[in-house]
Amino acid sequence: MDVQAIRRDFPILGRQQGGKPLVYLDSAATSHKPSTVIEALASFYGRSNANVHRALYELAGEATGLYEEARAKLAGLLGASADEIVFVRGTTEALNLAAYTLGEARLEAGDTVVVTEMEHHANLVPWQQAARRQKARLEAVPITEGGGLDIPSYERVLSAGAKVIALTHASNLLGTINPLPELTDIAHRAGAVVVVDAAQTVPHMPVSVHELGADMLAFSGHKMLGPTGIGVLWGRKELLEELPPFMTGGEMISEVRLDNATWAGPPRRFEAGTPPFAQAVGLGAAVDYLRGLGLADVRAHDVQLVERLLEGLGRRPYITVYGPLDPSARAGLVSFNMRGVHPHDVATLLDQEGIAIRAGHHCAQPLVRRLGVAAACRASCYVYNTADEVDTLLSALDEAWRILQ
Amino acid sequence: MKGYGEVILEHWRRPRNKGRLPSPDREAVEANPLCGDVVRLQLRLTEGRVTDVMFDGQGCAISQAAASLLTEKIKGKAVGRLAELGDQDVLGQLGEVTATRTNCALLPLWALRQALKEDR
Repeated sequence: MDVQAIRRDFPILGRQQGGKPLVYLDSAATSHKPSTVIEALASFYGRSNANVHRALYELAGEATGLYEEARAKLAGLLGASADEIVFVRGTTEALNLAAYTLGEARLEAGDTVVVTEMEHHANLVPWQQAARRQKARLEAVPITEGGGLDIPSYERVLSAGAKVIALTHASNLLGTINPLPELTDIAHRAGAVVVVDAAQTVPHMPVSVHELGADMLAFSGHKMLGPTGIGVLWGRKELLEELPPFMTGGEMISEVRLDNATWAGPPRRFEAGTPPFAQAVGLGAAVDYLRGLGLADVRAHDVQLVERLLEGLGRRPYITVYGPLDPSARAGLVSFNMRGVHPHDVATLLDQEGIAIRAGHHCAQPLVRRLGVAAACRASCYVYNTADEVDTLLSALDEAWRILQ
Repeated sequence: MKGYGEVILEHWRRPRNKGRLPSPDREAVEANPLCGDVVRLQLRLTEGRVTDVMFDGQGCAISQAAASLLTEKIKGKAVGRLAELGDQDVLGQLGEVTATRTNCALLPLWALRQALKEDR
């Protein structure tokens, strides 16, 4: 992968931060956008804008065609079929949809829903709420000292008769990639439906929903070079057909009378109201860009940068790293802390050098608590990051450490 | 890297009035759950004056330095005058604090306002 050529595709990377080049190491929060995505949005609004699936005029037909073409691109990316792709606003909405509808369809009083200790709040709180509504029990699988999922506990909890397991493909804090075909197999043997939060993996590596063995899988467009306000919930067709709607209104119905309504089939059953069609077209352009690079190469680039980062952090005795130490067992991110220093102080000092990292609880408060800290720093990589940027971060950490003594 | 201003670093390294007061007359805890900053402020009041003050807590350098600075500012002051303390009195004295960090700097002042609100 020619990173310098890639960088030229991202206008924002020309930006200076206090007279210094921007070193953006926060793509796990949101990614930047290549010109092709920005142009796809501008071109849609400038030439093809009309509400989809409604009007009969030519322009509306064109807009609908582009929207559905985007759906097909997402299906192609995941090895799925287009009618299994539900467009939503993002991972959070996707997981709320999954929790609400699976709760209605599959959970009864006394049933068990399983999550893990490494979930983002978006894959935890909706399940807490679903469990509360259905009077079901919520169980959390713990993590090991090394930052992996405790597999024996996972097996034990599931074999006790869980109905649904919601787990992340990769932790947004630890970086841990969960061994998914194995974990989904265990869950299916126990008769549980598997919902996967893939927000940190679909943008960064080849993901085939069938190879993973997932029943539902969620991710956001904005973390994969696409616009905000668009994301995907993929669901196995038979499962989607069984589920009730989440939001109701226009677009998602089959027939409406004054006192009742029947539902359209998936995916439209789950796309009430005017969908984010321009954003979907933008996301389609992002998929084209990523597939143009090749997701296996995107993954290899992440692993290279994370290896350099782990190695550099490991050489600094004032730094504690969280999660697995093997770069190939991790997503393209590393969380760490500087001894005796609050992560917000680290982030503020790095910002003075134009370096953008994330510091905080990363929407994973139970996990941060489990690690015994109040917060952590996180550096995350993507296709436009270079080895030099990793080195810039490492030497800036040395300087921050010196200042804060 | 210019780091933090001298006032912040000095108060962070050598916090003034840090610890707990035995049976304080007023006390408040303010926390910012987003970053885990916590500041506890305890006051001893004698004849309408702050005769002693201590803070305790954990968090970033800015919140802890601001707490230390605030204890110095209010010690010996008439309670009636404390309401006059504005955000700028703290921010101005701390030196440069970026917009993204003003909540950290003001946390101790919020604790003070909370402590003064309490009726005992």
